Amino acid sequence: MQIINADIVIVGAGGAGIRAAIEAAEVRPDFNIALISKVYPMRSHTVAAEGGAAAVWQEADSFDLHFHDTVSGGDWLCEQDVVDYFVQNCPREMIQLEQWGCPWSRNPDGSIGVRRFGGMTAARTWFAADRSGFHIMHTLFQTCLKYPQIRRLDEYFVLDLLEDNGRAAGVTALDMMEGEIVQVRAGAVIFATGGAGRLYRYNTNAGIVTGEGMAIAYRHGVPLRDMEFVQHHPTGLPGSGLLITEASRGEGGILVNKDGYRYLQDYGLGPETPPGKPENKFMELGPRDKISQAFWHEQRAGRTISTPHGEVVYLDIRHLSREKILERLPLIRELTMEFMGLDPIHTPIPVRPTAHYTMGGIAADAQCETAIKGLFAAGECSSVGLHGANRLGSNSLAELLVFGRIAGQAASERAGKNIRFKDAALNAQAKDVEDWFGGLFKRKGKEKWAAIRDEMGLSMEEGCGIYRTGEMMQATIDKLAELKERVKRVKVADSGAVFNTDVLNLIEVSQGLEVAETIAHSAIQRRESRGAHQRLDEGCTERDDENFLRHSLAYYNKDGAPRTEYGPVKITRSEPARRVYGAEGASRKPNKEKGND
Amino acid sequence: MTENGKMTLRIQRYNPEKDDEPHYEAYEIPWNAQTTLLDGLKYIKDNQDPDLSFRSSCRMAVCGSCGVMINGVPKLACKAFLRAYPLGASIEPMANFPVEKDLVVDLTDFLEYIQALKPYILGNARKPEDGPNRQTPEELARYYKFSLCINCGLCYAACPQFAMNAAFAGPGAVTLAHRYNLDSRDQGRSERLKLLNSKHGVWGCTFVGYCSEVCPTRVDPAAALQQCKAQSALHFAASVLDCAKNKEACHGEQT
Repeated sequence: MQIINADIVIVGAGGAGIRAAIEAAEVRPDFNIALISKVYPMRSHTVAAEGGAAAVWQEADSFDLHFHDTVSGGDWLCEQDVVDYFVQNCPREMIQLEQWGCPWSRNPDGSIGVRRFGGMTAARTWFAADRSGFHIMHTLFQTCLKYPQIRRLDEYFVLDLLEDNGRAAGVTALDMMEGEIVQVRAGAVIFATGGAGRLYRYNTNAGIVTGEGMAIAYRHGVPLRDMEFVQHHPTGLPGSGLLITEASRGEGGILVNKDGYRYLQDYGLGPETPPGKPENKFMELGPRDKISQAFWHEQRAGRTISTPHGEVVYLDIRHLSREKILERLPLIRELTMEFMGLDPIHTPIPVRPTAHYTMGGIAADAQCETAIKGLFAAGECSSVGLHGANRLGSNSLAELLVFGRIAGQAASERAGKNIRFKDAALNAQAKDVEDWFGGLFKRKGKEKWAAIRDEMGLSMEEGCGIYRTGEMMQATIDKLAELKERVKRVKVADSGAVFNTDVLNLIEVSQGLEVAETIAHSAIQRRESRGAHQRLDEGCTERDDENFLRHSLAYYNKDGAPRTEYGPVKITRSEPARRVYGAEGASRKPNKEKGND
Repeated sequence: MTENGKMTLRIQRYNPEKDDEPHYEAYEIPWNAQTTLLDGLKYIKDNQDPDLSFRSSCRMAVCGSCGVMINGVPKLACKAFLRAYPLGASIEPMANFPVEKDLVVDLTDFLEYIQALKPYILGNARKPEDGPNRQTPEELARYYKFSLCINCGLCYAACPQFAMNAAFAGPGAVTLAHRYNLDSRDQGRSERLKLLNSKHGVWGCTFVGYCSEVCPTRVDPAAALQQCKAQSALHFAASVLDCAKNKEACHGEQT
């Protein structure tokens, strides 16, 4: 078996992974960095983000406001010291990207322009038209080409973590072109493997967002934290789930039901603001959880529009000028024209909520390090405690940069201390992986991974969607247990070594089932409603700080369901209060703070 | 999915471990007005032949994974609607690249060409604490179109010059280099022009222009190549003059 030696190995080459790689290359020019991805880096899902990245920029704005928006947006389940660090470091990262060549949209005088986003008190979202993620991704990818010490292993599929004596020692990965398993050894490992939106049938995510990184860390004993909090983006295209950016509302788009009525005013987000004149934290600029929940109620009340692809409401941007749509929202227009056959300059866009983002993930501290020494996690796969129970739009692109950088620094320090791994121990683990992988081809049975994937997706929609009940969640839990048995009886049809996506899809689905279980079990045990976790069953419809102002921690249990434990939430200066938006939010002064800052 | 009907896709298959050469297999698939070729390929993989290999990810024409030839024309599978092919279609891997398996080609050279032309900001020492560079919307507009390249490779599949000479840097890589040459924040133009002026640089292009026709994001690589040739020619002339001046200076010293 080939052994590749590096100082740091990074798994995932999206925004967080490449940011980490560049940082490590900068702070330790003498290090060899292996950057592994199951796709070419620019195919990573960061590329599909549209709206922009948050960073305080205008005179009237402040770190304090960004802090409070994030903490209340997250329904107080955020690690407040982490949020503080985050908001203070966002501007530096945006400027750094600018200096690496990111084509941020500009004001006429050449300064940086910022736009409004949901749940944010001030305009602070840096954007590059509505292709912000695309430009961030390509700027990072192109910049990383400067560093010869970053060795890319494109189209290598990571199968497992290597550990030596309780510390991370590298990974085993499949070279997809050759079909050979290699060991990539390193003194520190960073997971930047993205989220798990593909566990749901209808989602905004790319096909690769299947959650293996989370599953690998989980199986190695690292808890997955706050997994019950899955964000449904309010505006996906029906059928495909393709994302229509929140920036379309930030620029002044409105949401109407079948009567042409702006229903958000009935859900604590009013009063109505004039079309095209959005106000921060009012109406369409409320937080995503509340806007998706409002759709659910409208649907129940029969006020949505029926289409062949399900119930929808309309996102209307016609009142923005043609010029503004072409300048600020060109991709949205193109997508709507291509995939719906209508031009949003003339026709409202049918939209519905679809699964979008996993707030939870691999539990990591403020330095991105996990329970396994030398294993770091950054970006959507991680839970550093930034998003709490509901993420604000444009905080995740910023997260990739701020925490990708930290992970790169922290991993460089960790890897820097002379480490010698026991050869035999690593070889033995790699041999186990090789045997397991070979065993997948010998399985017999009539099951298909495609069918299991689809059944999982529908069951997650039913049990772990926008609103949940104990009964619905239990049905999903039972279904997942059944699928975990059935997936063992999938026969791999492709026996070849080269680019065998049949076996890789099977691995993705199998790992996905593990992650799905952590979502469903964490959800059913949280007997309250908070952020993106809303329950309809009796006694669970309100937030319950006394019992549940705590992070859930899902631990792997070889013999059955995940074991759920709870951990404390770090409150530094914002005591939990009621989340209010619209007029009520505007009349409320910022929360009382403990101490002064 | 409301079915409009069935159609037959003839797909080029190739398994390097078994086949001496590629062959075609026919698949009957359901389609309606919304079905993309990518949907069709997924349908085949899910329901008929799990061993069919192709790349895909974002399904919204921004990640650049799923380039193929449809009836001989380079296109992204996720953006190609089957309603345009009611009589069926032939699907092949992107032309001009080595085939790994089925519709999966080897893009290693393409990525190396991108890297070789230094597509990143050079010669600007500004640091985050100095604040952002100023760049007016007009300055941004000068290069912005060329920054929209998704690295899908369709322009290489379309390029007759790349077909004849696989060492030609090609439309995509040149476009990215040109994008940085036009960026007001960059000082690396002469460094890149040296590379662009070299044997396998811009002069390989004969301005057929098919690259721009097939570009899914309308980046217009042919325009980038033409502009780049003009810059290269000027740069070359300037460097000859510099060289002549230097020689004069040298001779001056000698005498």
